[in-house]
Amino acid sequence: MSDSPQWFDEEAGPIVRPYALIRGRTHSSGDTFDLVATVRVIGDPPDELGPELQLILRAARNPISVADLAVEIDLPVGVVRVMLGDLRDNGLISVTSPSAGGARSNERILKEVINGLRAL
Amino acid sequence: MDSVLSEDPVALKILVAGGFGVGKTTLVGSISEIKPLRTEEVLSDRGIGVDDLDGVEAKSTTTVAMDFGRITIRDGLVVYLFGTPGQERFWFMWDELSHGALGAVVIADTRRLTDCFPSVDYFEQRGTPFVVAVNCFDGAAQHSVDDVRIALDLEDDVPVLLCDVRRRTSAKEVMITLVEHSLRTLASAN
Ligand SMILES: Nc1nc2c(ncn2[C@@H]2O[C@H](COP(=O)(O)OP(=O)(O)OP(=O)(O)O)[C@@H](O)[C@H]2O)c(=O)[nH]1
Ligand SMILES: [Mg+2]
Repeated sequence: MSDSPQWFDEEAGPIVRPYALIRGRTHSSGDTFDLVATVRVIGDPPDELGPELQLILRAARNPISVADLAVEIDLPVGVVRVMLGDLRDNGLISVTSPSAGGARSNERILKEVINGLRAL
Repeated sequence: MDSVLSEDPVALKILVAGGFGVGKTTLVGSISEIKPLRTEEVLSDRGIGVDDLDGVEAKSTTTVAMDFGRITIRDGLVVYLFGTPGQERFWFMWDELSHGALGAVVIADTRRLTDCFPSVDYFEQRGTPFVVAVNCFDGAAQHSVDDVRIALDLEDDVPVLLCDVRRRTSAKEVMITLVEHSLRTLASAN
């Protein structure tokens, strides 16, 4: 184990920029997007879209989870959610939440997972 | 584009919890490709003084890295692993993660068994199916799973198993035990 708590960034630097991107907002219609919700592009992007939003649209060309997207574009989840909320409100993407407990309550899927894990 | 939208990928969440340095990151890395996922923590008064915050007092949010792993079972069926710090002040992440989660792995170290109490309490209260994986560090006094079960005051149906999180086969066994337990929990609820 390292001595310093490894989940703190060493610098404030990387934190400032992402929040500038979303103009200091920490809440949006995207707040409730589940980390494993599926993002997919459904609309044609307007030309004047900012580079980060374009980055999201490019990363979501194939359906992708919110968490994978955040890793891919290397921004904190909260920032990504705000941006996804904006894109969704503008009809450019859809975000499909996994129904709570839906998959958990599906025996067939769980058996498939068990077999899949055994085969790893 | 007719039936395409109905083919939503199935995404399952598994949490990996436990005290400081107990092997969370190692477990996730043993069984999946691991990536750090950055999320935000709003620093509350509670956190201040607990960790060394010299020089960053002015900041009200900081980023927290979660262990994030992905196991692709097949096209369209993916298991996501999230390893989160165990302290109470990180429970804001757990609340979100445990929503609809398939289950949780609580890693325990018998030399510091009390470290996993908060995790066990948390999942018991949330009704999230969980297993206790006792990470056998070299030289750690070996306890039987029964000792651990008694010390943690676990319900009879909660699986307890010994493991070495550095070994892939052992990590696999932990995950399989959890999903089997979730399946049983589900079957008995029906
Ligand atoms: N000898 C031995 N070392 C282990 C074992 N499991 C983990 N380690 C080591 O213990 C240290 C901590 O493991 P991590 O996986 O980082 O633990 P963690 O729970 O993610 O730690 P934090 O995120 O800091 O709370 C690492 O150096 C591991 O290599 C084990 O079974 N035996
Ligand atoms: Mg770790």
